[in-house]
Amino acid sequence: MVKPPLLVHDGVAQAVALSGRVHWIGALDPHLRTFDIILKTANGTSYNAYLVRGSTGVAIIDTVKESFAADFFARLETVARYDEISVIVLNHLEPDHTGALPELMRRAPQARLYISQKAQTMVKALLKQDDLAFTPVLTGDSVSLGDRTLQFLHTPYLHWPDTQCTYLPEEHTLFSGDVFGCHFCDSRLFNDQVGDFRFSFEYYYAHIMRPFKDYVNRALDLIEPLLPLEKIAPAHGPLLRDRPQRYVKRYRELSQAALQNENHDGEKTLLIFYISSYGNTQRMAEAIYEGAMVIEQVRVSLYDLEGSELEPFVDLIEGADGIVFGTPTINGDAVKPVWDLLSSLAVINLKSKLGGVFGSYGWSGEAVRMVEDRLRGLKLRVPVPGLRIKLIPTEEEIALCHDFGRELAQELVGQRQSKVIDMADLA
Amino acid sequence: MAKATITFEDINVTVSAPAGTRIIEISEKVGSGITYGCREGDCGTCIMKVTEGWNNLTEPSVLEDKVLRENMAGKHNRLACQAQVLGGVIKVRPV
Repeated sequence: MVKPPLLVHDGVAQAVALSGRVHWIGALDPHLRTFDIILKTANGTSYNAYLVRGSTGVAIIDTVKESFAADFFARLETVARYDEISVIVLNHLEPDHTGALPELMRRAPQARLYISQKAQTMVKALLKQDDLAFTPVLTGDSVSLGDRTLQFLHTPYLHWPDTQCTYLPEEHTLFSGDVFGCHFCDSRLFNDQVGDFRFSFEYYYAHIMRPFKDYVNRALDLIEPLLPLEKIAPAHGPLLRDRPQRYVKRYRELSQAALQNENHDGEKTLLIFYISSYGNTQRMAEAIYEGAMVIEQVRVSLYDLEGSELEPFVDLIEGADGIVFGTPTINGDAVKPVWDLLSSLAVINLKSKLGGVFGSYGWSGEAVRMVEDRLRGLKLRVPVPGLRIKLIPTEEEIALCHDFGRELAQELVGQRQSKVIDMADLA
Repeated sequence: MAKATITFEDINVTVSAPAGTRIIEISEKVGSGITYGCREGDCGTCIMKVTEGWNNLTEPSVLEDKVLRENMAGKHNRLACQAQVLGGVIKVRPV
């Protein structure tokens, strides 16, 4: 069995070698249980920072959370002097990776800072330093350390606009920032030695990367040509030196639909969700469903929110072209299951999907407008004004529901007539 | 008075409006997905993409330019609460 790394010796934090020229100089935070409000972790996390030594200079890649700076500097000092540092790379500006940066720059004032193009507008706001000098970089840019080179990959929105990866070609090592990371703390550091962290890897992807699947796929287009990598060194969690390509492959799998739907070529999907207290909103939903089904090339599905947990619906919505919500108004509001589903959608990309809202009401009927506003806030298109019906729908009103469904389906396939209005006619 | 036609591409609605009208005055009434925060050119919530007729809108002020930059707005983006129509054909959509 391979001996686990020695992180502390005689009370002094030690750097850990990934190779003769690359060291881990990060910090462990085993007591953290909630990260960034939204993420749970059952055994803490790590803030991974790295040091790369070249023949003409030393580079530091990322730092740690400010309260762990002492460990970071102690580890750094075991493998380099501050006056040797010529390059500081920030793959991501979030404070858990930049907390020790101001002090590092004070100790190594000669070092040049390299950040992504998109990081430029954020870095000053984050570090509160107006006179900060840096070099913005994109894919294709590199910096030489003599016999070692750092090449930059522009991988925005994984999971902030500023994120990038840094590649060390001489050692086939990718410093990936939060990509391929997870909140898992284990002093054995390497993926072939730590405890089972698979659930943390998947959980991290689901909560941090999933909303940006398109960007993940674009980043993988840059990363896959680098395979086979010897090591992936992420900013959180285990360092991936044992078959790192498995984690790249898993990201690609997670960024594609799990089971392809049964749609024919060019067919659009419209999902109708409803909840009903007296059956009136349900009657509306059924009529809308029938109306939408009249249009060819649209695959319509109808779901009662009372009949399922919400999580599977999030998956369905992620792959759908259009979503419609039916909610009664109770005490001046839409009902909780509808809000619960809507508040579960932050983990997926909804931009430009078609949205629509309908519902029966007793006397005030605010719910439809409220949910429409929420859909717009989530960046859905809401081209067909919501349909509100007082109490029990009449036959004429059922016909309106039919029209509403047909119009939504027509919009999905580009058959809906465009509207021309004079401003004077707008209320 | 000169009139402009402004199309909200997300909802496929075109409105004929007099010169000087701000986009904000129209978009909410027709239900476009452009969303608003402060409504006074400060927060950047209402950034929209102008897909046609850039020159048929008033030029962005120094302050609007600053807010666009701070919010990392892309090319041909404007604040819907600030941009006024001048005439001709304009097409916009939420970003």
